[in-house]
Amino acid sequence: MKRRLATPLVNGLLLGAALITLFPLLWMASVSLMAPGEASAIPPPLLPARATFGNYRELFAHGGLWRYLANSVFLATAATLASLAFNVAAGYAFAKLRFPGRDRIFRVLLGALVIPGQVAMVPLFLLLKQLGLVNSYGGVIVPALASIFGIFLVRQYALSIPDDLLEAARIDGASEFRIFGSIVLPALKPIIVTLAVFTLLGTWNDFMWPLIVLTDKDLYTLPVALAALSREHVQDDELMMAGSVITIVPVLLVFLSLQRYYLQGLLAGSVKG
Amino acid sequence: MRRSRAAWWFVGPALAVIGVFFFLPVLAALALSITDFDIYALADLRNLRLVGLRNYVELLQTPLFWHALGNTLYFVVAGVPLSIAASLGAALLLHSRAARFKAFFRTALFAPVVTTLVASAVVWRYLFNARYGWLNYALGGIGIPPIDWLGDPRWAMPAIIVFAVWKNFGYNMIILLAGLQAIPVELYEAARIDGASFGRQFRYVTLPMLSPMLLMVGILTVAGYFQLFAEPYVMTQGGPLQSTVSVLYLMYEEGFKWWNLGSASAVAFVLFLLIFAVTAVQLRWMRRSVA
Repeated sequence: MKRRLATPLVNGLLLGAALITLFPLLWMASVSLMAPGEASAIPPPLLPARATFGNYRELFAHGGLWRYLANSVFLATAATLASLAFNVAAGYAFAKLRFPGRDRIFRVLLGALVIPGQVAMVPLFLLLKQLGLVNSYGGVIVPALASIFGIFLVRQYALSIPDDLLEAARIDGASEFRIFGSIVLPALKPIIVTLAVFTLLGTWNDFMWPLIVLTDKDLYTLPVALAALSREHVQDDELMMAGSVITIVPVLLVFLSLQRYYLQGLLAGSVKG
Repeated sequence: MRRSRAAWWFVGPALAVIGVFFFLPVLAALALSITDFDIYALADLRNLRLVGLRNYVELLQTPLFWHALGNTLYFVVAGVPLSIAASLGAALLLHSRAARFKAFFRTALFAPVVTTLVASAVVWRYLFNARYGWLNYALGGIGIPPIDWLGDPRWAMPAIIVFAVWKNFGYNMIILLAGLQAIPVELYEAARIDGASFGRQFRYVTLPMLSPMLLMVGILTVAGYFQLFAEPYVMTQGGPLQSTVSVLYLMYEEGFKWWNLGSASAVAFVLFLLIFAVTAVQLRWMRRSVA
């Protein structure tokens, strides 16, 4: 293809595609600033006649949004910290420590990746009911504590830590925990950030499990609350757009600031096949 | 010995959590699916009875199950090729030497992937609005009469597929882009020297080099698309006329709306077997075509 023709064609198509991916998000932000009912017009307006934060005020004052936002922030943070604690240690051990059955256990874990998580949901619900964790923060966090994917991600990265380095520390008499704290953790920093971003976004965006395990409105996460609100307020476009903005913007910001780590994790996770 | 004991301190907690909260429930799901666990058993376990394969037999005799299965297959069979075609197209554009502002475009095209599914589904519900939605307005601009996207049983599933493609194509785009970047430049140079056109380079260099990755991406996407749930929950609530009830949606309603946990487990297991079988067939196909 001729270069002179290719440049406008390729960039034109890219611009068109970006317009399609971004339009719904920009439109959401714009409608969230409109007065109630303003978006339901022909032709549909692109920009508010007079921008107002009324929808946000309404959501925070009467929609209980503070509560949902706090729930989501707390749950995503707690799940991320817990998942780091479990998965980083296990991923490192599968890569660098010797223990009987190591490779067999790892193969079983990898094989289990084909089981969709939803298969476990009904019994998990009954189990958590027995433990008194249904309708509590704990119930939401439990399935996110350790993940096979997280262990796999850390293991692949930890394989690159040189054995000599660990061996030298052992000869110097350092305990395994000391080695983990002072050599392994610093070496794993990039993958720890990657796993943290993945877990954070994953928990924040998760819908089906919190929907099942939370019945008390006060414990709802933003997605669960938004789904419930949108069933009640079908006609209130502007209000729902404000709710969507508050749900989406935090994850979008986290992603934009840590994009490099997120995309690396995405690629590392996809080569498992 | 000392080291092996230390190792268990590192893997033990994670394995215990995965064992108790994943493997145990999966096995329990199998057991539960041959019981009549319902709201009475939930109140008092003495009401629980073993029913063998009755849940499965009844499921196969329920029209709604076949309906849900058909809807889910529709979503997978139409949605996966469309998603991957969009991913491949976008990856080719981003990989092109003519492309400018690559970092910006990559982020812009990827953005829907990280947005919260429920929130973007709410946004799209309004974009699909028959009277005031932007989609019909834009289509009207090129002379297409308004479509009642989410209100017409024939259009609700296509609408959900459009949304799913928008939401998901960026994920595979990143993977395929990495695949394209891994193809040696010399292959293209050799093809150019031989006078191969752009189309022929794509057909004889890009596609064969990319095909293992395309198949892998396909397998993962199929498994993911079988798990359709939140989109119909938010956008259509399974309607209209149950045209968007998916297998997982059925499981949710059966289990957590009607509290028929035994038969919900059977639904979950059927879905698992289905995904497993389809994945196995694809893997075999992949090995044969790559080898």
